[in-house]
Amino acid sequence: MSDEIKKMIIEYVKKEYLDEDSDQEVKEDTKLISSGIVDSFSMVSLKTYLEKKFQIKLPDEDATPEAFDSVNNIIELIKRFGVQV
Amino acid sequence: MAYSSKAKDFYAGELQGMKDKGIFKEERYIQSPQAASIKVEYPKGAEPKQVLNFCANNYLGLSSHPDVVKAAHQALDSRGYGLSSVRFICGTQDIHNELEEKLSEFLGMEGTCLFPSCMEANAGLFDVVLTPEDAMISDRLVHASIVDGLKLCKAQMFNYKHNSMSHLEEKLQEAQSCRLRMIITDGVFSMDGDIAPLDKICDLADKYDAMVMVDDSHATGFIGKTGRGTHEYHNVMKRVDIITTTFGKGLGGATGGSVSGPKEIAEMCRQRARPYLFSNTVPPAVVAGSLKVLEILSKSTDRRDKLEKNTKYWREGLTKAGFDLKQGDTPIVPVMLYNAKLAQDIARDLYHEGIYVTGFFFPVVAQGQARIRTQISAGHEMEHLDKALAAFTKIGEKYGILGLKKDEIIAKYGL
Repeated sequence: MSDEIKKMIIEYVKKEYLDEDSDQEVKEDTKLISSGIVDSFSMVSLKTYLEKKFQIKLPDEDATPEAFDSVNNIIELIKRFGVQV
Repeated sequence: MAYSSKAKDFYAGELQGMKDKGIFKEERYIQSPQAASIKVEYPKGAEPKQVLNFCANNYLGLSSHPDVVKAAHQALDSRGYGLSSVRFICGTQDIHNELEEKLSEFLGMEGTCLFPSCMEANAGLFDVVLTPEDAMISDRLVHASIVDGLKLCKAQMFNYKHNSMSHLEEKLQEAQSCRLRMIITDGVFSMDGDIAPLDKICDLADKYDAMVMVDDSHATGFIGKTGRGTHEYHNVMKRVDIITTTFGKGLGGATGGSVSGPKEIAEMCRQRARPYLFSNTVPPAVVAGSLKVLEILSKSTDRRDKLEKNTKYWREGLTKAGFDLKQGDTPIVPVMLYNAKLAQDIARDLYHEGIYVTGFFFPVVAQGQARIRTQISAGHEMEHLDKALAAFTKIGEKYGILGLKKDEIIAKYGL
């Protein structure tokens, strides 16, 4: 289950944030925010995606750049909001 | 006094952190009017040096134009220095209203609300016209002032990959259940100098019933065949709903910004935009200077034509020398270096050669996209451009980057 969710989030990040011809690799521990793949402004798409996908509400104070900085961090975040991973 | 050693140490640590990361900004003191050639004291206390300026937003060379300066002087005499008031109490003179009308006419819009700056226009606009029921759908590379404005607004936020129309269409589809939709973009993007595809954006806006808002700060006065802006360039002058722009760049470069659009939107800003309501009015001298700028630009396209010619010459010269440029059609010409230190080193060496440019790197631009952003002006003469091209070529040779493509520069200097 955990691997499936990780894979799903990685696919979303690639589709939403990378150019179609990008050969950049995204793994579960790839830095997303601090590497510049996702900037703090466009992070909102990822937040909305997670909220819709998992039927949760991520408060702004929890949806921090640190919490979104890798797929592993995101998994930890959604677990705290009751998602079974 | 509660400025404790704890507070002092915290701030000092923050500032030291910026210095350690190489992102601490030092200001250079210019001892002359803004122009193509300026006298600069740098570092502080150094003997002032005459350098050619290739990093100003003075696109039309109007910042120190004698007619503009004269108009400002006359307004100082006839309308005074300051108004000591916000607009709606006792800070509106006849010339403020006249400037709003003239700008509306210049841009082909119904109405205008004049702000102290475009930063404030962008900070105020969205919260006034959009509610939580609505959607704001923005390009990801819009100016920081728009990002701040969007954050102040409670509408639902969507953003799309830079200039990607397929991604914009996806976001419009996602936002179809919202009451109102607004597509938000820069006309000319300040870091890359590329132009938003407003014709395609307007087509999508029609298809999905969305308004179109454009920040044309780096376009008004010179983009399009009569300098009206990006909407003229793309032949969509009647299809863009809202334009924000500034008098702080091409249009004289002093200060002042605006929201132009349907009269209801301009009036909503006047009634409700907090940066408008609670900021002091634009000083009379600046208003009069701005009116003179619009008069000059409405009479003749000479300045924007010269800027276009200069830009073409500059792009061709740098390309011929072997620099890797961001391609485009605007006077913002980024010389791509990819490596942050290389960008800083080359900017420093060019300064020693009498050319004032600035290196930009993460977080101002994306990681691995460091560059020197050059900006061309109608104030540049051919001799200025030739001198700068010679200096760029000399320094480019020194670093062995002429003729190298992106991958080769990265291989040589890393990211």
